[in-house]
Amino acid sequence: MKRIYTLEDACIGCHLCEVACITEHSQSKDPVKAFLHEPLRPISRCTVEEWDGGIVSFSTTCRHCDEPDCMRACISGAIQKLDNGVVRVDTEQCVGCWSCVMACPYGAIQRNLTKKKANKCDLCPDRKSPACVDACPNRALVYKEGSQK
Amino acid sequence: MNYVIIGNSVAAVGAVRGIRSIDQSGNITVISRERHVAYGRPLISYLLGGVVTEKRMAYLPEDFYEKNRVNLLLDSEVVGLDAQARKVRLAAGDTIAYDRLLIATGGDPFVPPIEGMADKERIFTFTTWDDAAKIKGVANDIGKVVVIGGGLIGLKAAEGLHLLGKQITIVELADRILSMAFDRPAGRIVAKKMKANGIEVLTEDTVVRIEGEGADITGVTLRSGDFIPCDTVVVAIGVRPACTFLKGSGIEVNRGIVVDDRMETSIKGVFAAGDVAEARDFFTGVKNPMPIWPDAYIQGDIAGASMAGGTKEYAGGIAMNSIELFKVPTISMGITNPQEPKEFEILTYLDQENYLYRKIVIKDNLLAGAVLVGAVDRAGIFAGLIRDKVDIAPFKEQLLAPDFGFVHLPKELRSTLFAPAGKVTDTGAPALAVGH
Repeated sequence: MKRIYTLEDACIGCHLCEVACITEHSQSKDPVKAFLHEPLRPISRCTVEEWDGGIVSFSTTCRHCDEPDCMRACISGAIQKLDNGVVRVDTEQCVGCWSCVMACPYGAIQRNLTKKKANKCDLCPDRKSPACVDACPNRALVYKEGSQK
Repeated sequence: MNYVIIGNSVAAVGAVRGIRSIDQSGNITVISRERHVAYGRPLISYLLGGVVTEKRMAYLPEDFYEKNRVNLLLDSEVVGLDAQARKVRLAAGDTIAYDRLLIATGGDPFVPPIEGMADKERIFTFTTWDDAAKIKGVANDIGKVVVIGGGLIGLKAAEGLHLLGKQITIVELADRILSMAFDRPAGRIVAKKMKANGIEVLTEDTVVRIEGEGADITGVTLRSGDFIPCDTVVVAIGVRPACTFLKGSGIEVNRGIVVDDRMETSIKGVFAAGDVAEARDFFTGVKNPMPIWPDAYIQGDIAGASMAGGTKEYAGGIAMNSIELFKVPTISMGITNPQEPKEFEILTYLDQENYLYRKIVIKDNLLAGAVLVGAVDRAGIFAGLIRDKVDIAPFKEQLLAPDFGFVHLPKELRSTLFAPAGKVTDTGAPALAVGH
């Protein structure tokens, strides 16, 4: 399956992947409206890590594992691996127990505290390639066929 | 090939998927003594408390059994196993033949004899959907409850009853609640929060007598001599592997059904997984029961694959729990409270006012365990470091940082996690050569 990969040396820590992710998963799909006017503004499903004053930075996101630890830990069955390989969280079914947060070795599941639901990358089902990848000005994010590691 | 699975919870689900990952055509029969399709067992407290509806209890997509071609027998209890003839016997009298058998029956609540408990009506256990339904059925008549046991099951029961507005006292024999998962500071932080929400937590004490007339309970007397008035008692001391039906079968049972790293029991062709099994511990290699949800799935998956002729092996069980009580999230994993503290290096951060606590347990520069209270985000990174036996010496100082992440790991390590395979950037090759 196609996955998102990170090229650390090309990342400049601009966080545009996070902005694009929030925008894509917002109601308006408009960055300004999403950030200023949406009361239930989504939280980003990718996380830019930085260190050493930004000298080191890269974006981390769900690997859509072949054997997802999050799915195995999920107590409500909200997390399933779909036939197309996408590891998806059904937010209606999610009870916010954070077992997936405990299990994911990639730290790729966020806690949406407003909704008390797990939050994770869905590979942008409405797009040809994920919003974060398209938004990356330095092509530090790559969307291509590959294994989970 | 005829696969028979006894039990229908998370280990059984892992096994069905494990079998089907290898064998698309064999017959799979799942036998459950419960009347429900697989459900999120830990959700029973939410069901009791009314925050999850019955419809949301289903753990699997509706088409799971059909898609995986599973013959599901509900409300059927297996009462005997003839390993020679490769048959299991049901309570109703009929027998079912198997080529490969998985025992994934989980645990039965342990209820010790307590003076005065005979004939009392409102004594409950709390491990199944029906247990929760029974309590919910009489909830209007319940005023004050004593929960015996401050482990996961006891706290879950207390949580559900609290949501219904009941008055609750938890009586725990150890010096803290969740003594299996927590150390003392973590247990105290959570107990403090519970007390602030009106739940009484009594530690280092136990119920010696249940008081009352006829079927009615008026209270309990503790070992300390104290009397706690109540009308309902929940016994949540623990569970025991549900394998009494194996008596005389010749299968080796210690504290659970003893299995090897393929989840096979002492009898060929018979496997066990989940709370009923006694598999290898990740750290010590000693076999012991590990009643942990994700671990039950993993064991089930390995058992299923092994039954179908696969070669997966168990890496050993690591205890882990994620529990949120009164808006204080907690995650604990691995060795949290070492018996021989001298052999371990322990890092801690405590901010009791804000219910924040972080503890990292290290042995020989390998992460052995973690307790996170309050700030639990990305806890799974620690689980990965434990499982992959990563040398933490280069970033030990960062482990307590609230924003600890992959950025603190050596570059060669983190780039294998997120970079495209074979294009690790530390080779000096220009990163931009790999692109869209």
